[in-house]
Amino acid sequence: MADSFSLMQEQYTKILKKYLEEKNETGLYHAQQFSKKVLENQISPEEVVSLHLDALEKYFPDLPQGVFDSFEFLLEVMMGYGMAYREHQSLRDKQKELETEINVAASMQQTFLPKEIPSVDALDVGVISVPASKMSGDYYHFIKDDNDCIGVAIADIIGKGVPAALCMSMIKYAMDSLPEQRLQPGALLDNLNRVVEQNVASNMFITMMYGSYDPRVHHFYYSGAGHEPGFYYHYDTDTFEELYAKGLVLGIKRDTTFREYHKKVEPGDFIVLLSDGVTECRTDDGFIEREELTRLIRKYKHLPAQEIVDNVFYQLEKLQGFQLRDDFSLIILRRKV
Amino acid sequence: MSVQSNVEVHTEWGIVSARQAGRNLAKELGFSSVDQARITTAISELARNIYLYAEKGEIIIESVERMQSTGRKKGIKITAKDEGPGIKNIRQVMEDGFTTSGGLGAGLPGVKRLMDEFDIDSIAGEGTEITTIKWNS
Repeated sequence: MADSFSLMQEQYTKILKKYLEEKNETGLYHAQQFSKKVLENQISPEEVVSLHLDALEKYFPDLPQGVFDSFEFLLEVMMGYGMAYREHQSLRDKQKELETEINVAASMQQTFLPKEIPSVDALDVGVISVPASKMSGDYYHFIKDDNDCIGVAIADIIGKGVPAALCMSMIKYAMDSLPEQRLQPGALLDNLNRVVEQNVASNMFITMMYGSYDPRVHHFYYSGAGHEPGFYYHYDTDTFEELYAKGLVLGIKRDTTFREYHKKVEPGDFIVLLSDGVTECRTDDGFIEREELTRLIRKYKHLPAQEIVDNVFYQLEKLQGFQLRDDFSLIILRRKV
Repeated sequence: MSVQSNVEVHTEWGIVSARQAGRNLAKELGFSSVDQARITTAISELARNIYLYAEKGEIIIESVERMQSTGRKKGIKITAKDEGPGIKNIRQVMEDGFTTSGGLGAGLPGVKRLMDEFDIDSIAGEGTEITTIKWNS
């Protein structure tokens, strides 16, 4: 440090002297390059003043004493900047530390999500889930039972970032501990609601939609807890229908029951489940319309389900200038033709 | 050499006197002008804390020595003592960004960074004692 400082001192004296002799833009360019070096070497503002003072004393010892004194004065004025600079450095180090911690937490969180989508001959499934920042408040879950029925859950914790992520981990364990009701959406939400009501702070809310697809009869049973409605696509008429399930948000009232709905799924029909980060995609003109979303899905509907969700995500991400404001999750389940 | 100055701080004049005493000793010990400015800034911050939060207290300035393999090392030691309300949560005031005087980088963490050694003791209701040393390199 002491060595690099005396080197800087030497260099500063040299470029200052050259500039005072030649007074051209090259000299000023050197000064600008020097300021980068000063920052690289973490030299604080008051030290720069001291470099200047030293250089003056060395090359112009005959200047009036008042000039030197005025730089001593300036040095004192720069102390505040010096302290702020040092604080900035220390806060930056702290931020790096925090970022590392969050990265570890985020990769842990990834392990909560299903590693693979269960495959059933009758269904083509596509999933995408992207957090707005590093940690996600969205959650999805797939389960296949002995009868090849596929259970699918999508949940959105109101809020985002670390608090939402902590809450999400609880939902995961709560769902893992409710095996027997798994394929009855209404009963599953009843149970989950009780767990959330007991364990989560009253200012945290979770919305969820849970559905179960029975490939033997091609019925889709589903229930919702205040979750963003999905869509149902009818292949024969090429139309979208809102997939809405009435139900209170999880964690508000202990004794809540959740109505179960059902749909007969025809070949080529598909079910779209989403989090509000998809519909609340905000552009300069405000939120996008749900019609905009169905338009996009229709545009890609000839593709496999995974490619549909990937393309829709890309288009919406692009629409927002590649900056997500909310966690984004989109799931498509299609009965193969 | 055991020069020691005790400066009472209960007005802003006291802050200036403490700075003056610190600068005189720092000069005498051969500190560079940047280090002189750092030492007096640290004294200012400590004295202002006494003036603002304890109303009354003192700053003690003395020279210290330490034997090293490279020879004798000289330094300046500043002790700030008060019988004010004390600090309830020391960890909090030592955190960056917590300063109550609203300054950027000021406060105790700022002082700690300006100096080489820093030690604080505080008992709520009894007072605070901060000791800090700068070595002349």
